[in-house]
Amino acid sequence: MVDFTLWDIVRNLLLAARWTVALSLIAFIGGGIVGMALLVARTARWPGAEAFVAGYVQLFQGTPLLMQLFLAYFGLALFGYETSAWTAASVALTLYTSAFLVEIWRGCVAAVPRGQWEAAQSLALNFGEQLRYVVLPQATRIAIAPTVGFLVQVIKGTALASVIGFVELTKAGTMITNATFAPFLVYSCVALMYFALCFPVSLYARTLERKLNANHR
Amino acid sequence: MGIELDFPAVLAQWPLLAKGVLWTLGLTALSAVIGLLLGTACAWARSSGPLALRWIAGTYVELIRNTPFIVQLFFVFFGLPAAGVKLTPEIASVIAMVINLGAYAAEIIRAGIEATPKGQLEAAASLALSRVQTFLHVVLPPALRKVWPALTSQIIIVMLGSAVCGQISTQELSYAANLIQSRNFRAFEAFIVATGIYLLLSIGVRALLNWVGPRYLFGGRR
Repeated sequence: MVDFTLWDIVRNLLLAARWTVALSLIAFIGGGIVGMALLVARTARWPGAEAFVAGYVQLFQGTPLLMQLFLAYFGLALFGYETSAWTAASVALTLYTSAFLVEIWRGCVAAVPRGQWEAAQSLALNFGEQLRYVVLPQATRIAIAPTVGFLVQVIKGTALASVIGFVELTKAGTMITNATFAPFLVYSCVALMYFALCFPVSLYARTLERKLNANHR
Repeated sequence: MGIELDFPAVLAQWPLLAKGVLWTLGLTALSAVIGLLLGTACAWARSSGPLALRWIAGTYVELIRNTPFIVQLFFVFFGLPAAGVKLTPEIASVIAMVINLGAYAAEIIRAGIEATPKGQLEAAASLALSRVQTFLHVVLPPALRKVWPALTSQIIIVMLGSAVCGQISTQELSYAANLIQSRNFRAFEAFIVATGIYLLLSIGVRALLNWVGPRYLFGGRR
């Protein structure tokens, strides 16, 4: 039997943590794009868009991420796509993230005073221009802190991808546990690594929030 | 190429699903009650406890809020036995859910506590209420009322998170879905059905908590 030193455990976990970071970024960026598309459709009041987005948000916020991952994993295969854990995890986490981001951003757009829209309209800007030059810049300022805060949720969410066999930090932890029989040590290390990833982001989100509130006072 | 979905094969196993639903609801109810108590205790410790307690509660809250639930669960179920504490999957699930909810609830309740107007505290002091009486009767009820929607959402998040507990063979809803798909290989249908049930559960539990809170927890009177 191969002996694992503490350094072996930490090194292997660190290598796996790269995939946690990669998956988080994919989900966050993909979710941001999908979320933005949904936000525009909703704000533009396309027929049915409002109800669709409301249902979409309810669906993804009202069901477990684990089930969404399973559905993506088995569902994509059912529809004839070659599924790897990578694709399934990326798709599920992207949709999950977009549902939360569109809800956060919707609130931020709603927080921009009605008069701003009207003023932009009276300058003969079309809808796209109103959104692009008047409303979004103001909404973005409010949106940054909660959006960064949500990134923590995304990072933690990627841990569930371990269940469908995606080898990231948690899965690596399980695999190393099976080799070393030292679950206490290994899962402590895993937890600390997640903490090291998430805590700075949480702190940054809190700082941003404080800055924003200071400006409002 | 046609896709054949066979829902009856899944629905025929309804006793398993029903048992899963009961387990999910039971785990959620138990951990909601204990978790809210823990959260209230930590909120008190963080807002007005002694310095050491404040620090301990703060560390606990930050540690839990910045690590995934599945890792907390694995730590409790696989890690603690190595340190000499043996747990059944069900107990481990409840412990992990309580610890998780407690940390989030602490932050939510603290926000409510800190929004207490100063005059209320002064009024309580002028009525010669003790610190404990002031906290329990003056500070806590309006604080809970203010943050109840957020607490409700958090309890639902914990309920949805409990789907992970199936991974350590707690027999809740997602475990039932897994069991069914391992029997009839109807994985997609099984998880669609389970997901639909979770959706109904989260809508139902939200309605229930919105009803229960004002009536039994912090009084409907204003």
